[in-house]
Amino acid sequence: MSNLIKNNAIVTDEWTLVPLPAPAEDTVRKQAGKVVIFKVTGEQAATAAQIQETVIPDSGKVIVPLPVWLARKATLSARLKKGELGIWIDSFELLEPLVNCFADINALPLIAIHFPRFVDGRGFSLAAQLRTRYGYRNELRAIGDVLRDQLFFMRRCGFDAYAIRADRSAEDALASLRDFSEPYQGAVDNPLPVWRRHARMGHHAARTATVQPSHEDQVD
Amino acid sequence: MYIYDDIDQRNIDERVAQYRDQTRRYLAGELTEDEFRPLRLQNGLYIQRHAPMMRIAVPYGLMNARQLRKLADITRRYDKGYGHFSTRQNFQLNWPKLEDTPDILAELATVQMHAIQTSGSCIRAITTDQFAGVAPDEIVDPRPMIEILRQWSSFHPEFAGLPRKFKLAVSGSKQDRALVQAHDIGLEFYLDQAGQLAIRVWVGGGLGRTPILGTVIREHLEWQHALTYCEAILRVYNLYGRRDNAYKARIKILVKALGAEEFARQVEEEWALHKDGPSTITQAEFDRVASFFSVSRHETLPDQDASFESARASHPAFAAWIKRNVHGHKVPGYRAVTLSLKPTGVAPGDATAEQLDAMADLAERYSFGELRVSHEQNIILADVRLGDLFAVWEGARANGLATPNIGLLTDIICCPGGDFCSLANAKSIPIAEAIQRKFDDLDYLHDIGDIDLNISGCMNSCGHHHVGHIGVLGVDKDGSEWYQVTIGGKQGSDASIGTVIGPSFAADEIPGVVGKLLETYVAHRSEEERFIDTVRRIGVAPFKAHVYAKEAA
Repeated sequence: MSNLIKNNAIVTDEWTLVPLPAPAEDTVRKQAGKVVIFKVTGEQAATAAQIQETVIPDSGKVIVPLPVWLARKATLSARLKKGELGIWIDSFELLEPLVNCFADINALPLIAIHFPRFVDGRGFSLAAQLRTRYGYRNELRAIGDVLRDQLFFMRRCGFDAYAIRADRSAEDALASLRDFSEPYQGAVDNPLPVWRRHARMGHHAARTATVQPSHEDQVD
Repeated sequence: MYIYDDIDQRNIDERVAQYRDQTRRYLAGELTEDEFRPLRLQNGLYIQRHAPMMRIAVPYGLMNARQLRKLADITRRYDKGYGHFSTRQNFQLNWPKLEDTPDILAELATVQMHAIQTSGSCIRAITTDQFAGVAPDEIVDPRPMIEILRQWSSFHPEFAGLPRKFKLAVSGSKQDRALVQAHDIGLEFYLDQAGQLAIRVWVGGGLGRTPILGTVIREHLEWQHALTYCEAILRVYNLYGRRDNAYKARIKILVKALGAEEFARQVEEEWALHKDGPSTITQAEFDRVASFFSVSRHETLPDQDASFESARASHPAFAAWIKRNVHGHKVPGYRAVTLSLKPTGVAPGDATAEQLDAMADLAERYSFGELRVSHEQNIILADVRLGDLFAVWEGARANGLATPNIGLLTDIICCPGGDFCSLANAKSIPIAEAIQRKFDDLDYLHDIGDIDLNISGCMNSCGHHHVGHIGVLGVDKDGSEWYQVTIGGKQGSDASIGTVIGPSFAADEIPGVVGKLLETYVAHRSEEERFIDTVRRIGVAPFKAHVYAKEAA
């Protein structure tokens, strides 16, 4: 059974996610504190060995890591033309190297953003930037530690596909996409803040209205 | 004050339902401890040393009598009949049961209260001056802007997993009482040269392990852009703030690492893409929210009252209370009153269910049914008529709420400390109590005058010790509790971070150390000089010399 939610339904996953091989231990020790993607965040970039050792299936739709795409653009371009190539980026990576590869980022049919841990919220901002600043319109998929309690936020930030962590039920997770019916702020899914969506009451009207708390789900 | 419409109500009701299901899944073993932690934290629930602690939001410190009675009711039914007002202007339960917390939140929702984002790595409750709306030096009432910011930040989808907690403060007065320089973002309203309302944007201030005052990254921001600008700041922080080390994850570290100029450049670049977008605040929305706060309820009164004058003349204790606990008001004939939650022998900021009810009664009878929590952990009745002050004093006194010590040494700001908090290195409440016991002579306290004494049980600085004129910090040395003392810290427009005077002390030495600091002050002060002024004029050295002087054999 697939654990992929796309556009509010559980669907079959046509794509194969290509992971980066784990870094060799001695490499990590030797390079600790040296190969850091961004000196402020302090994360390690993929090593040359990791990039080299990444194995990509010969056929079918694949989602490859950003550093692998950057290193093997020439050979992977044919796959991209066939519509068989997507790219995933890690939460600490920058969008610019990805975006700068393409005249139009929508040449990519799929971009995935990796959540290494569900509490790492960088993927929310990366998604928002891809959708707004860079105008990306195709599938934007959340991968990694993707749990139902983050789903509502992910959708609002522009994700439309969620690869729910293998040990959790995608069926259950679907329910969380409906956690809130009228969010306050504008976001990618609806840029209008609530006061531009509805006429809200000022003091005079509010004083005379009675608002009943509702602890049960509303029946439509 | 702000009143919920059905959209607000539905949001908090849906939040309760969501949290109830999360708690159910946790108790059923479907969510791990690690997975449940951020969810419960963003609903105000810490797991503490003895029991869970629940932090209930009091947005910008403002409550009505009905809400306060609900808090009293909750402490009786779900806790031990008392609660704690914290330096973040919110209310904490010390002994709720985890299983009860969804019900407590549902109870709160019936009076338009919640515990949303009172802890966790997200945008926290936004704070301001406790005298907002009544302060004589006010330029603009900051509460409408905070209410707009509160709604914007509630369940903001992009900022639900920040590197660390994120605190905003908004000031609308000439004298900053909101500590804008000690927050992740501080928004300071002022009138520009054209007489237009503008915001000065401070970023990267904070106390904690690395105390630092903020930097101005934008001198002039039109208020319409407050949301888009804050969003740009948060986006840069969310993407680039460190996540490998919790102690280096606050925005202040990022601002320092990049340099304030480079940080500001990145913010401006991001902001340029969203400036004037749909989140730009309209005059209509601002006016709608402001209408809740600008209601004219005050009577036209003379600024004097014969019964008040005669009571003051005949009751010295009332007169002493007036001097410390009663504050100016911009409307003639009205005063703001501080109800002290700092009597000797009670943990600073603690209130019993009976006191909560009594304060609700006083508010209803004498102050339009509203109360405020100050970050000094006292309660304010903001709109009391001069002629009612005596009755308020009597009512407060009958309930142990009239200690005339506001701003004095015994008005100690103090975190819950090692007695309650699992983060603390050391106890803080017994230190506060020992100091209050040593200095119980009111005449002496009045002679010493205005002084801020702040105690934190650990580096997280919930007691704001860095900005105390005297700061006491609990530290752990080889498994035992020690206390480091700083002097010269100050909150306000001319804020400063205190200087450590030297090696730390054992708990029982602290009242004596405070005594020596005060002796040094009394010996060196010029007329009318406050403790902090003397420290600033003569430096730390004379204080240090006296505290550490060897006892003559």
